Amino acid sequence: MPLLEVTDLRTYFTTDAGVARAVDGVSLQVGTGETLGIVGESGCGKTVTALSVLGLIPSPPGEIVAGSSIRFNDEELLGVKPARLREIRGNAISMIFQEPMTSLNPVLTVGHQIEEVLRLHRGLNKRDARATGVALLAEVGIPEPDQRFDAYPHQMSGGMLQRVMIAIALSCEPRLLIADEPTTALDVTIQAQILDLLVSLQRKHGMALLLITHDLGVIAEVCDRVVVMYGGQIVETGATEEILTRPEHPYTQGLLASLPGIGDRDVRLNPIPGTVPSAVDWPDGCRFRDRCSFAWERCAESAPDLLPVDAGSSRSARCWLVDPDDSSSGLAGEPT
Amino acid sequence: MTSAVDVTSNVEGHGSFDADVLLDVQDLRKYFPVHRGVLGRSVAQVRAVDDVSFRLQRGETLGLVGESGCGKSTTGRAILRLIEPTSGRLFYDGQDLEEFDRAQFREFRRRAQIVFQDPFGSLNPRMTVGGMLAEVLKVHGLGETGVDRSARVRELLDMVGLHAEHAGRYPHEFSGGQRQRIGIARALAVEPEFIVCDEPVSALDVSVQAQVINLLRDLQRDLGLTYLFIAHDLAVVEYMSDRVAVMYLGKIVEMTATEELYKGPRHPYTRALLSAAPRRDPQAGQTRERIRLSGDVPSPIRPLPGCPFYARCPHPGKDEDCQSAVPLLEEKAPGHLAACIKNPMPAGRA
Amino acid sequence: MTDASLSAVLPGFPQMLKGRWGAGGMSLTVWLGLLGVLLTRWARFGAGWGGPLDHQIASLTVVAGLLGAWGWSMFDVSRPAEMERSGIGQWSLTARAFKKNRVAVIGVMVVVWIYLIALITPLIAPHDPATQASLLTARLVAPGGEFPLGTDHLSRDVFSRIMYGARISLSIGFIAVGISVTIGTLLGAVSGYLGGWVDTVVMRFVDMVISFPRLVLLIAIVALFESNSIFLIMAVLGLTQWPGTARIVRGEVLSLREREFIEAARALGFSRRRIILRHVIPNALAPVIVTATLGVGNVIVLEAGLSFLGLGLQPPTPSWGSMVSDGRGYLLDAWWISTFSGLAIVLTVVAFNLVGDGLRDALDPRLRT
Repeated sequence: MPLLEVTDLRTYFTTDAGVARAVDGVSLQVGTGETLGIVGESGCGKTVTALSVLGLIPSPPGEIVAGSSIRFNDEELLGVKPARLREIRGNAISMIFQEPMTSLNPVLTVGHQIEEVLRLHRGLNKRDARATGVALLAEVGIPEPDQRFDAYPHQMSGGMLQRVMIAIALSCEPRLLIADEPTTALDVTIQAQILDLLVSLQRKHGMALLLITHDLGVIAEVCDRVVVMYGGQIVETGATEEILTRPEHPYTQGLLASLPGIGDRDVRLNPIPGTVPSAVDWPDGCRFRDRCSFAWERCAESAPDLLPVDAGSSRSARCWLVDPDDSSSGLAGEPT
Repeated sequence: MTSAVDVTSNVEGHGSFDADVLLDVQDLRKYFPVHRGVLGRSVAQVRAVDDVSFRLQRGETLGLVGESGCGKSTTGRAILRLIEPTSGRLFYDGQDLEEFDRAQFREFRRRAQIVFQDPFGSLNPRMTVGGMLAEVLKVHGLGETGVDRSARVRELLDMVGLHAEHAGRYPHEFSGGQRQRIGIARALAVEPEFIVCDEPVSALDVSVQAQVINLLRDLQRDLGLTYLFIAHDLAVVEYMSDRVAVMYLGKIVEMTATEELYKGPRHPYTRALLSAAPRRDPQAGQTRERIRLSGDVPSPIRPLPGCPFYARCPHPGKDEDCQSAVPLLEEKAPGHLAACIKNPMPAGRA
Repeated sequence: MTDASLSAVLPGFPQMLKGRWGAGGMSLTVWLGLLGVLLTRWARFGAGWGGPLDHQIASLTVVAGLLGAWGWSMFDVSRPAEMERSGIGQWSLTARAFKKNRVAVIGVMVVVWIYLIALITPLIAPHDPATQASLLTARLVAPGGEFPLGTDHLSRDVFSRIMYGARISLSIGFIAVGISVTIGTLLGAVSGYLGGWVDTVVMRFVDMVISFPRLVLLIAIVALFESNSIFLIMAVLGLTQWPGTARIVRGEVLSLREREFIEAARALGFSRRRIILRHVIPNALAPVIVTATLGVGNVIVLEAGLSFLGLGLQPPTPSWGSMVSDGRGYLLDAWWISTFSGLAIVLTVVAFNLVGDGLRDALDPRLRT
């Protein structure tokens, strides 16, 4: 039984321009101790998915549509009492965000914020909370943790603050850690440190990790399995290595082709033409077809489901090219 | 005392024609004073740019790479004199920038331009795109009449891949990638020959980055532009640049032709940087060397004596000699400069 | 009945039916109101053209208002439904956000009506504000009949006096705020952008002016000059209000200065003057508009206070403040003198405040990028 099982999640936002279907039918599982990466560009719905899991979607204007299901540890989270959800947040499921500078309260010391979580969820008294907090800071690699405990966020660098965030997230030994672009705002050498830290802590605590990012390189370094999102849906899923070396969905292929890799100076980049359509107005049929060089009539007629790539494999892609029953897929490769 | 950098950038076999050197930066420094106390006295200096020298050939792209706080953006702005350098000399096309009178300075502003990082903040939210571009043309007298200017505005939009009807719209109606294109169009409006690209694609989505990178390369080829390409993404810098300079704490620690740098980096910081960049090839994760720097990027306020990288340097041979004097940027191999006294040593794998 | 024909008879009505009750309501009330004025005051309207400037303006306003309301409504009705306008500027976005705030829209309507009334006063005032009717029979008459809001202790019609008072209050408000906003914005922008000693000098000057207690200063100056000229009052009010605006603008400019598009303007070789006037100030105007609107209300109250103390405009000029003061002694017997003039002050100031608050909300985070 997977630790986290999301089934057909739909999160819609009501805006002036219409209903934005930010997440439109996402299903995924994270097993105990596993690392799943969600990769996609801005507007694909990856952050909204994460926030939905924790019930952090602001209720007007957002709403999780009926028919969605989020099961954690075999308990349905949607519709559960707010008090129960608060018990779970920060405790069994923790989350860290992209901007450590703004995720921490600037007028409280770092230590105070760690203590708060410990006292709330684990009922520790002040002295024990401090001792545990200092130990946590040490565990995440902050030098002189006893002094840093009383420091304010503005006195610490981005990398340190992210470590503090990780410390807070780990303080109650969560079974699942959701990390939303945790290293995007950090320098590359610090990013490497933080990723190493996350991986080692994960192994040590047997924690599952749901990592959201736009950086395929980060996925490659850290994740066992990966889910690629586009247009509020999952367009490809599978083991990291397979997806990065043999991508099946044209969007994934396009992403990989549009990045300069180290060592290909003379190859002209092949960016995906066009831009992401608005969530209020997803195109009919396949949402990617306007930008896809392989699109054909079937793509406009009906939207593909997430189809398995090979019979029995865990890989799937939301693309008619993958459909084994479709003989017209012989047209694949003809740009339209 | 000889200047540590007296190397002609002839890696592409251009020879050392002075006429070919568009920009000559010598010993550039920019220190920002830190004020404390009631009287606001200056108690320390932030050494944002600390003795930077390099030359830029016409038509080439020099990549300037480094992490936050290394001084690359400040260098770019100081070169354009958007920030006044504390000391050092800048020669543009053979002329000393210090000695420009108003007219010459105006001319310089036409010839040297900048493209910014932030597609949101770099455009005036209250002007239409067309209005913005027309203003530039008007101020510089490019286009006699309104009609001429409108035509030129359409040309500029076309050059960057936008359409004529975009001229009537406001910046907030465009996506990040499109705004960046507008920023590029604005820089091109004055018909420059040199553009400082300050992290032009860092704030963009991956697929959009590629579009803008292609655009920048095409423009360089079509218009014969020279770029100073500032970025922190190693892959992008490698792709765009002919030569690369790596900065750390306000100093250039390594500078050489791109392929050289990525295949055989000589400075320990460069090697750590390359090792830290996440790779998309999962196989490579296992086999390439992993160098992890400990600690944070230090603050450029109180540099310790000796090598600025000493504290975090993972070089096995580091010792007290490293702490005694700041290593000079010297040629360790033809056309390959590095600031490390423990070099030359066998270059590691990138 | 088509929209167009409906609009020809009752401009604004079809828009209201469609739910656009702000724009439609404005148009309709202006049309009906001014038509009513025209019909009931036909004689005066005709005579107005040859009379003093006041009256000409009043008649002109009626004509302009009627044409404007009718014309706008016809134009609006003939426009296709979703006109594809390229270029939705920041001001249009603000307008859109503003329109959603019902209370603020009401405020705008009230303000517009007050201005209209002030302009057409010569046509609709039942009596001359300074004329004293019979001191025997018409003194302290209760509201009703010939004197809709009663008469005061000098047998002057309260209603007419209130209407003429509106012109005084509004013009003082407008001009004083106009002066203060102009000076404040320019000084604040220059000071914020140039920094250095310019900034220091200007800000110390600001501190100096702000530390004067305004009302006391006003009183002192009026006493000093021994003149109650309306221009003096406008000038003093304007010249003491600008520091607030200057500080606000300076704050905006300090943060704007670091924005990249300003840096771009410098990189493109634009002169400082151009940058300040065309790039910095337009982006710093948002808080200025809010304070200006709220400032009008403030000035009106100040002037009323001054007049109440007897230091403002002298009789027989009908200032609301002096009317309130006049009525003070008769509160029990002839409550209408102070009450209606006081209500006029309240209504006007509240309307301006609603508009100002509405503007603040509409401008706020949307344009803060």
